[in-house]
Amino acid sequence: MALELIDHLALGLSVAFTPVNLMYAFVGCLLGTLIGVLPGIGPLATIAMLLPATYALPPEAALIMLAGIYYGAQYGGSTTAILVNLPGEASSVVTVIDGYQMARKGRAGPALAAAGIGSFFAGCVGTLVLAGFAVPLTEVAFLFGPAEYCALMLLGLVGAVVLASGDLLKAFGMILLGLLLGLVGTDVNSGIARYSFDIPELTDGIGFIVIAMGIFGYGEIISNLSHPAGQRQVFTANVHGLWPSRQDFRHMGPAIVRGTGLGALLGILPGGGAVMGAFAAYTLEKKIKTQPGEEAFGQGNIRGVAAPEAANNAASQTSFIPLLTLGIPSNAVMALMVGAMTIHNIQPGPQVMTSNPALFWGLIASMWIGNAMLIILNLPLIGLWIKLLSVPYRWLFPAIVLFCAIGVYSTNNNTWDIWMVGLFGVVGYGFIQLGMEPAPLLLGFILGPMLEENLRRALLLSRGDWSVFVTRPLSAGLLLAALLLLTLVLLPAIRKTRELAFVED
Amino acid sequence: MTSRSAVKRSKDFWAGALFGVLGLAFAWGALSYQVGSSARMGPGYFPLLLGLMLAALGGVIMLRAIRRPGAQERINPWAWRPLVAIIAANLLFGVALGGLPALGLPVLGLMVGIYALTFVACLAGERFSAREAALLSTALAVLSYAAFVWLLNLQLVVWPWN
Repeated sequence: MALELIDHLALGLSVAFTPVNLMYAFVGCLLGTLIGVLPGIGPLATIAMLLPATYALPPEAALIMLAGIYYGAQYGGSTTAILVNLPGEASSVVTVIDGYQMARKGRAGPALAAAGIGSFFAGCVGTLVLAGFAVPLTEVAFLFGPAEYCALMLLGLVGAVVLASGDLLKAFGMILLGLLLGLVGTDVNSGIARYSFDIPELTDGIGFIVIAMGIFGYGEIISNLSHPAGQRQVFTANVHGLWPSRQDFRHMGPAIVRGTGLGALLGILPGGGAVMGAFAAYTLEKKIKTQPGEEAFGQGNIRGVAAPEAANNAASQTSFIPLLTLGIPSNAVMALMVGAMTIHNIQPGPQVMTSNPALFWGLIASMWIGNAMLIILNLPLIGLWIKLLSVPYRWLFPAIVLFCAIGVYSTNNNTWDIWMVGLFGVVGYGFIQLGMEPAPLLLGFILGPMLEENLRRALLLSRGDWSVFVTRPLSAGLLLAALLLLTLVLLPAIRKTRELAFVED
Repeated sequence: MTSRSAVKRSKDFWAGALFGVLGLAFAWGALSYQVGSSARMGPGYFPLLLGLMLAALGGVIMLRAIRRPGAQERINPWAWRPLVAIIAANLLFGVALGGLPALGLPVLGLMVGIYALTFVACLAGERFSAREAALLSTALAVLSYAAFVWLLNLQLVVWPWN
């Protein structure tokens, strides 16, 4: 078993260390850091933008680069959080709290180092977890029938709702809407084009690049432009002496380990991911008593930077596990990775490991190399990113609009996609205005056809008997887990509503 | 503020309404396909199920907003200027690359598209400077030519005379 793992990793490293793949890992990490540092553009929009450009690449290089963007963004996001008091990335929202306070006290250097070291440690552990879990989980996947796949997807969708921030009911609505939008186009079983309004382009369905770019690209930009840009204060002068003190190390060491563990665990859960990991890790650190000589939380405690940064990176790595072993994307970024794999004719699922071992292990090994690249990109080269932070948004957003438009057009060389992305831009802005979080929609959109197909098969096999989902033990277990997750999150929600009602009285 | 106007401006009320309308529309559309039974699902079965669930959920969200008008989050003012500018920039880019055969407008190509898109997109910002927009679009044109035409070799019409 252990020997097998070493064999696999050796194969992976031999793939990842080819010059071409090293270059694309570097490009991915560089782009990831770039968009991580820049507030207002996230990995989701970037990966969507670059998908068409990966047509021409070999599949290994394409996936290695896109993965690099995702975990690279986790590194870059912390820089902005610490120096500008703005989260560069959604997953660095909590890093802002203590990171910025450290910067104000002239300790930006140690804060950046804590984030970098935490991320690196977490990245290495996350990669090992991914490699170690892959084989056993793939074997479990072969026990799965259509009923189990349905139950697993439901668990994933419930997870996405439960772990998402914001209103539960609206998140459920977005999932349902996403599932429905995913059904537009020709039904594989009957050959009937559903909801296509006799428009030939719609018989192939709505392109998910169009949805992703419209909602996450244009919708976000319009929303960003609607609130006036506040004066950004960049703490550039204060970045000297990167290295944390011995006492800092004593405080942040255990915090990094805790953050990594929690992040890795939450990353595996369907619906989990970097954002959730960071939030949970910060909450955990706050619960642990501060030692004498330590700053209070919210005033620049180094644990408040190290733990969430470790957690978001660990989670971004382990969230590949459900995708690579079961073929089920657990969050919106992973849903885009499904798209990237389909472009290259790879069906995500347990068979990838056996049919494409070079791709599978190469991707995993590249993550370790990528993490090593990232720590070099982010700590010694920090000055470069600080300069980038002074680029005003009014120069950035037209460039983002342009790259979105070129990306969308070049997917099919068709202006139809451009009209559609305009439509979804309006829709996306509407969602933001109405407080409807769009990420669950994209996940539903990808899972829609898969869920329908497996549901149809499961019920065909059981002759229409719905009890098949609870009589098969694996499926029942997964559904039970979904139910448990739901009740867990409903409890505090009920409490909160009660409190609100109480205040109103 | 009366409770009725609080409801009218609430995010939840309109989100619920949107879900309700879309759910009903999908469900109604599903009825025009064969629905079948659970053992033999037709193409209408799954969308009908989902559409009805979405409509019901939308109704619940709306009711919740109506019953507790005091606890409603209000919709922020719509940012018409960025909305119109960004979407128009995108559409103009499409027209430049694909032309408008219905109006007899020819394909003008990537370069014209970049200038049109950048200028119109810049109108979305708080202040507009033609000089800045010109500089920015030129920089983007050079960058896009290098990245998309040279390096990635995308199949695009670049110049109006191509």
